[in-house]
Formats: sequence, C-alpha cells, structure tokens
Amino acid sequence: MFYREAGQFKTTYESDQSVFPIRQDRIGLAIILVVAFVVVPLFGSSFLVNAVLIPFLVFSLAAIGLNLLTGYTGLLSLGSGAFMGVGAYACYKLTTYFPGVNILVWIVCSGFFSALVGVFFGLPSMRIKGFYLAVATLAAQFFLEWCFLRIPWLYNNNISGAIEVPTRTLFGLIITGPNAAPQTRYLIVLTIVTLMTLAASNLMHGRIGRMWMAVRDMDIAAELMGIRLLPTKLTAFAVSSFYCGVAGAMLVFLWYGGAEPNVFSIDQSFLILFMIIVGGLGSLLGSFLGAALIFILPIILRTVPAQFGLPIHAATVEHLTFMIVGALIIFFLIVEPHGLARLWQIAKQKLRVWPFPY
Amino acid sequence: MNLLYMIFVDPFMQMAAAPDLLVQTLWEGLVGGMLYALIALGFVLIFKASGVFNFAQGIMVVFAALTLVGTYHLLVLYGVSNTHLAAYVALAITIGVMFVLAYSVERLVLRPLVNQPDIILFMATFGLTYFLIGFGELVFGGEPKVMIADALYLPRGSVDYKILGGLVSLQKIDIAAAVIASLMVAALSVFFSKTRIGRALRAVADSHKAALSVGISLEQIWVTVWFAAGLVALVTGIMWGARSNVSFALQVISLKALPVLILGGFTSIPGAIVGGLIIGIGEKIGEFYWGPLIGGGTDSWLAYVIALVFLLFRPQGLFGEKIIERI
Repeated sequence: MFYREAGQFKTTYESDQSVFPIRQDRIGLAIILVVAFVVVPLFGSSFLVNAVLIPFLVFSLAAIGLNLLTGYTGLLSLGSGAFMGVGAYACYKLTTYFPGVNILVWIVCSGFFSALVGVFFGLPSMRIKGFYLAVATLAAQFFLEWCFLRIPWLYNNNISGAIEVPTRTLFGLIITGPNAAPQTRYLIVLTIVTLMTLAASNLMHGRIGRMWMAVRDMDIAAELMGIRLLPTKLTAFAVSSFYCGVAGAMLVFLWYGGAEPNVFSIDQSFLILFMIIVGGLGSLLGSFLGAALIFILPIILRTVPAQFGLPIHAATVEHLTFMIVGALIIFFLIVEPHGLARLWQIAKQKLRVWPFPY
Repeated sequence: MNLLYMIFVDPFMQMAAAPDLLVQTLWEGLVGGMLYALIALGFVLIFKASGVFNFAQGIMVVFAALTLVGTYHLLVLYGVSNTHLAAYVALAITIGVMFVLAYSVERLVLRPLVNQPDIILFMATFGLTYFLIGFGELVFGGEPKVMIADALYLPRGSVDYKILGGLVSLQKIDIAAAVIASLMVAALSVFFSKTRIGRALRAVADSHKAALSVGISLEQIWVTVWFAAGLVALVTGIMWGARSNVSFALQVISLKALPVLILGGFTSIPGAIVGGLIIGIGEKIGEFYWGPLIGGGTDSWLAYVIALVFLLFRPQGLFGEKIIERI
C-alpha cells in the first residue's frame, strides 16, 4: 500500500533510467545513510562500532569486489584474500616511504597495486574458465601468501614478521594507529565504502557492467556480439582486485591496526566467497547482506548464550559456530539458491501489491 | 650470469653428483603424490557420477581418520583388551559411519538441490566442509592424534638400499601405502567396468536423464558413490595419518588435490593418478633443488603453478575430454 510506484511519473529518460526509480527506495536509502553517518557515531557503543560495524563494512567492500568478478563476470576466484593482502602490504610500504602523504590517499592508491597483481593473475582467464580458473586464482592465493611470509622487505624486516600500523592524521584528527577513536575510523570506512559502492553501482549500470554480464551469461556469444573477451575479463579482474585491495588496506589500517600474513590466508578468501554466495551472486545489496550474515552471525552465536548465562566453553562455541555456519550455508542454498538478495526482491514484490494478492 | 648458472646448471650438477639423493627425493615425491592422487580419486569418483565438485573430500579424509582413532580409543577405554581386535572393530564402525554420512549427504544436501547449477552444489559442499570441521572438532577435539598404525598391522620402520654409491631409505609404511593404493585403484576399475552398479554409475555420468529413463535410481547411485568416496577417504586418512598425524591441517593440504585434478582432468581415474604423481614429484624436486634459491617453503604454491603451466597448453587437462562449446 505504501511501497509502490503508482503516481510517480517519469518525464525524462534520466529519471527513467535512474538507479532507484521508486521514491520510497530513495527515502529508505537516505534514512539508512543518515542513521549510518549521524546516529551510529553519536550513539553507537565502542564495541558495536569497532567489533561489528567496521569489519562488516570492510568485508562488504571485499565482497563487492569479489562479486564484481564472480557474480557479474562469472569468473570464479579463490584468491580474494591474497588480493586484500596486496592492498594492505602496498599501503604499508607506501606510507613507510612517503609518510608525509595523507594515509587516505595511500589506502585508495594501494588498490591500484592490487589491481596490477590481479590483472597478472587474471591473464590465464583468456584460455581457461570455470573450476580450472579457480585453480589459477588458488596459485595466486598461495604464491602471494608465501610472498607475505618470506619477503622481509614487505614487512620492513620486522623480527615479528607482522606489519604495524603507524599513527597518521587527517586534519589533525588521529585516524590510524592505536590511538584512533573507533568512531573516527568508522566514519572514514563508511565514507570510502559508500563512495565505492556508488561507483560500483554506476559501473554496473553502464557499458562495462553490461559487457561483464554478457561475458558471464555466455562468453562465446558475447564475443560474437563484438565484446573483446580478454580486455573485458582483465578489467573485471582489475576492478575486483582494486576493491579487494582497498578493503584489505582498510582491514589492516582502520580495523586490526596490524596484521600477520595468516590474516590473508585461504580461509579469508573462502569467507568472502561464502558471503557473496549466501548474499546473492551478481547483487551489490547481496554483498552487504552476505557480509552481515556470515560475519555477524558468529558474533551473535558467541554473545547470546553468554547473555542467558549458559556456561558454554569457548572452544565448544567455536565448533558450534562452524557447524551452524555450515548448516546455514546448505540451508540457504536449498531454500533460496539465489541468495538473500533474491529474498529481498521477492519481499519487495509482495510489498508492492500488499494488501492484495496480485 | 651467476643467477642463470644457479637456476639452470647448478641443480642438475647436484643431481648428478648425488644420484642417491635424487632417488630419495623422487621416492618421497612419489609417495606424496600418491596421497594427493588418493584424495583426487575421491573427487573424481563423485564428479564422474554426479557432476558435483566435492570440496568436502579433504575434510572427509580427516573425519574418517578421526572417527577411526576416536572409536578405537573408546573401545579400548571400555575394556577391549586386544588392540588388534579393537582396531578392526573400530574400522568396521568407521565404515558404517561413512555410509551414514553418504546417506545423509544424499538425503539432506543433494536431493533438495537437484537440478541446480554446478556452483551451487559446489558451495553446498563448502557448507558440508564447515559442518564436518565443527562436528569433528566438537566430538573428537581439535588436537592432532596419532594414527593406530600398529594395531592395524601396518608395518613400521624403513628398509635401506645401497644403490648408486649411497643409501636410499624407504619407509615401509610408504611401500604399504603404494601397494594398497594400487590395489584400490585396480578394484575401483573392476568395479566401474564389470559390476552392474559400476555400469549404472557410468551411465549416470553420461546423462542423468537417459539414466533415469532406463530405470537407474539416481538416489542409490549417489549414495553408492559418496560411500565409495568415503572409503577412499578412509584409506587416505589411514595412510596419511600413519605418515604424520591425524589433524585438521590435512584439510588445507587436500586443496592440493585441485591442481592434481586439473592436471589429470576431472573425469579420468588414471588422470588423477598420473596427475598426482607429476605434482608430487614436481613439487619435491622443485623444493629440494630450486627452493633454496628463493628462500624455501615453495611447496605451498608450486603445485598450483605446475598445474597452471600445464593448463595454459592443454585447457582440459592431460586426460580430460576435449571441451566443446556450442551456442
């Protein structure tokens, strides 16, 4: 009754082609943004901001990155964790050599290094596809992980082998390092994620996104229609790795405050893959929903039994979390193979006709 | 110049100087490759029969081995004094558990997901992996366990051969593993080509619809093939566990079955074996002779790079069927 486009007339092509054609959608998005930008930093507790929202946003960005590659272009990648690592280490080296330049510039620039590496490891995609390509990306994952571990130059020859985030400021505010306030870091992460999501959305509605989707649906047919496969696939690898790289840099600089190579292990790649599969392949909203489910679910599982005073051993909770996440993945695949994003679409369709059946 | 010498000449000089060391390295590569091949064999069995890329094969290996060791210790705890008897009873129980696992996977995961795209089924086995990791750790604990090799009458110790002016030492357990693996591959080949179920299996692999229309029960085939993969997993788990320990670290190692599969082609049992041996030997030789040049530890990624190089020349793998695409 309330959520429908009746009466909202489009008088220009621009408004007809807009990303959110329905006014209620735009209002809803504005409310979400206001809550995220104003209400949360003002009233959110430090735990909520630091342990839930920042990682959620970071993982969402990584999931968007992988979704651009796997969901929109149909190239299965198991190396997103390593590409995140490239971003983090690139950012670390850049800020070591050029401490005067603002850290935000380097966080974004590190994405370009990640994109470069991604293009290199995407080269095999001109000859192989499907599961075979997954192995090529696994090669990237393990090789890069090995580099993070074995090349001391990458972590400034630290004895610990870990990277430590130095303190950096923006307009006099400390934004990275151990003394940065969670709220500040949250706002920066939120701004970057919002802008990059907007960019991704525009990319998807434009020529490049359509080329990617054509390649996903059938690459030979796309080629016959005049889409050059190799540049298209490589741009997908580049953009996807760029997103993952920025997410990795933010993960270390704005959340962890330091990292060892095992942060970017194969498990991280799998986790991000879970997020986009559960959330919905080929959907930006799905990336957020999937990240929320996969990341926040274990937190809830950990805290809820404690709230009720159930004395469950920490190790047991860990094991139970594994089991429940596994079972949930299977459950969601059975109930809705197209992910949470599809559930939202169905809900929207139902809302439009409510209270009538059709 | 010096670098080129170190890459292209020096390793071969080392090989020629100490042939016994080369033989030893080759043998170790062979054994490691055989274990990769065994894991890959489980993948191939399931992929052939149902088109499912079963990511959970690695954790099935761990799970089977854990169940075996766990039940054995339980039996000993509850008063079975004869360790050999306890071990074989535990083996029988484990086989039963693997059957239950196969049946429940078919019933709870595969049947509701019939007719879904490959990637969805692949993801479902991811879910299965996570579930089994949690379940295994919950029931048996996460710490590494010692495989009950003695109680199962597996040989231990090593035999030494004096050849090529040096000493080559072969672990007896590795020889046993080689024999058992060959026996298992032979048995599987006979099973596939001679028995009724084996033929039905190949029919299902060719076309689900055609198989259904001539009255083959897909459910039965799937349970059979997952059970067979479970048995392969059990054997792999015993062999691998006897070499090192039974631990969840094996799960990451089992990812190496992927390049093996790629090399051999997803649908070929001989391919899995040959691929496994190439990967195993390649990575041992590479690590031993070229690894020190770049700091060692190369065996974590060398297998994938070897597979990648092969793929660039033969995108369908060494033994895979040629991929023909139509619009």
